[in-house]
Amino acid sequence: MHEVVGTTPEGDFIINVGPQHPATHGVLHLVITLEGETIKNIEPHLGYIHRSIEKMCESLTYRQFIYVTSRMDYLSAHINNHACALCVEKGLQVEVPLRAQYIRVIMDELTRIASHELWWGAMAMDVGAFTPFFYAFRERETINEIMEETCGARLTMNYMVPGGVMADLHPQFQQKVKNFIALYKKKIDEYNELVTGNIIFQNRMKGVGYLSAEDAISYGCSGPVARASSVACDVRKRYPYDVYGLVQFEEVLETGGDAFARYWVRIQEMQQSVRIIEQLIDNIPEGEFQAKTKAVLKLPKGEFYQRVETARGELGVYIVSEGGTTPYRIKFRSPGFSNLSALNQMAKGGKIGDLVATMGTLDLVIPDIDR
Amino acid sequence: MTNEALKIALINWNTALVFEEGGEWLNVLVPADQWKPLAKALRTLPEFNCNYLFCLTCVDWKTHLTMVYHLTSLQWQHNLVIKSVLNRDNPEIETVSDIWKAADFLEREVYELFGVNFINHPDLRRLILTDDFNGWPLRKDFEDSVNMIRL
Repeated sequence: MHEVVGTTPEGDFIINVGPQHPATHGVLHLVITLEGETIKNIEPHLGYIHRSIEKMCESLTYRQFIYVTSRMDYLSAHINNHACALCVEKGLQVEVPLRAQYIRVIMDELTRIASHELWWGAMAMDVGAFTPFFYAFRERETINEIMEETCGARLTMNYMVPGGVMADLHPQFQQKVKNFIALYKKKIDEYNELVTGNIIFQNRMKGVGYLSAEDAISYGCSGPVARASSVACDVRKRYPYDVYGLVQFEEVLETGGDAFARYWVRIQEMQQSVRIIEQLIDNIPEGEFQAKTKAVLKLPKGEFYQRVETARGELGVYIVSEGGTTPYRIKFRSPGFSNLSALNQMAKGGKIGDLVATMGTLDLVIPDIDR
Repeated sequence: MTNEALKIALINWNTALVFEEGGEWLNVLVPADQWKPLAKALRTLPEFNCNYLFCLTCVDWKTHLTMVYHLTSLQWQHNLVIKSVLNRDNPEIETVSDIWKAADFLEREVYELFGVNFINHPDLRRLILTDDFNGWPLRKDFEDSVNMIRL
């Protein structure tokens, strides 16, 4: 449909990257205008995995629609579910039991580690290092096993529901998480030795895909992409939800604005996630894991907005309710969509060979962008 | 700024503004033709400094469309919702993609899903759907017999 090939009247090459391309990690289509090897313009074409989730949700009840959102950003499925659950709870004014809040935050942070793991492996592979992929998946597998035991699924968990969580923790959950954390702390040093300190890798990443703080704000970037340009935008700090207000962690900020800064922010974020889990895992209070809610949920007439910090940035859920059992209109503000819109700004003027490094550090998940 | 302080500051800027009560954040209702000056003021005046457009969407109310802009100031940490009612038969509103670059893609998305025409948008083309797609899928009266999205 969008095929554009050949040359422009000025004699510049037009090439297509995707929709089937290993470096896009999904069905993203970029039409790139090239002058020699220099990128003059990038135009993303989206929608290859557009499922109209927003329209679908209009005919699903407040209990049902959450399951669809696991299929948006499938690497942050827990956090997507968390956002929806919080938004519905905001409308219902339900008090979530403390135990559920602790469980949710631990699960969120485990998800964040797993997501950053996959990104780290895939990104290293993009720039030519194959081994990190196996290292990353080894650790990610441990998290998936922990998830599987408690949630019954490995990727689209659907564990968080309005009022709390679906089921109580597996008896071995705490011990397994602690074992994982003890092991994982050493692994991050291993990653740094293997990849971060590598001079070839650093040369490949530094000074590539620069994004200024002003542009990051103007394009609505969020998450590690914006924080690498020194924009303090962490929702967990700015608008704490559940027990994020109780835990100590640092908002990782870098000033470089280039691909390496984005890389380095994510590595440090994994360490901060470990820190959050360590503070919570021994202190999970006893009690209910789910608040008592009605079988059929009805949100009062009005509008509700809830934002959370996913592994990719700020996810917003905007529900317009007419007082019924289904949302009248629902909008997902996806972090990847805004981050992608800044891609042209980042890559313009750079070399085509650097595009993979820039795109890799954006950490795009296409179903999240297309919805 | 708190919602109250923000409201007072906005009234000081323009006494004709209409507010909607009850939401978590301050809601401002603005006619479509007055949106652009308000947007410029919100972005440039230091007391507002709404530099971050984090959500831009549209709601179909069957009789009219409502554009919804969610703004925040990373400096002052206040949030603001701007709404503008559009005519459903010929929805038109000035673009803000020159003020917030994020609006470029977001407006293209609203254009193809709701059919809102953004005046002076530099590149108003379809972004997600195919070029030959017919209709505005997120409108309430849209039915697609081939790709069933209504359950």
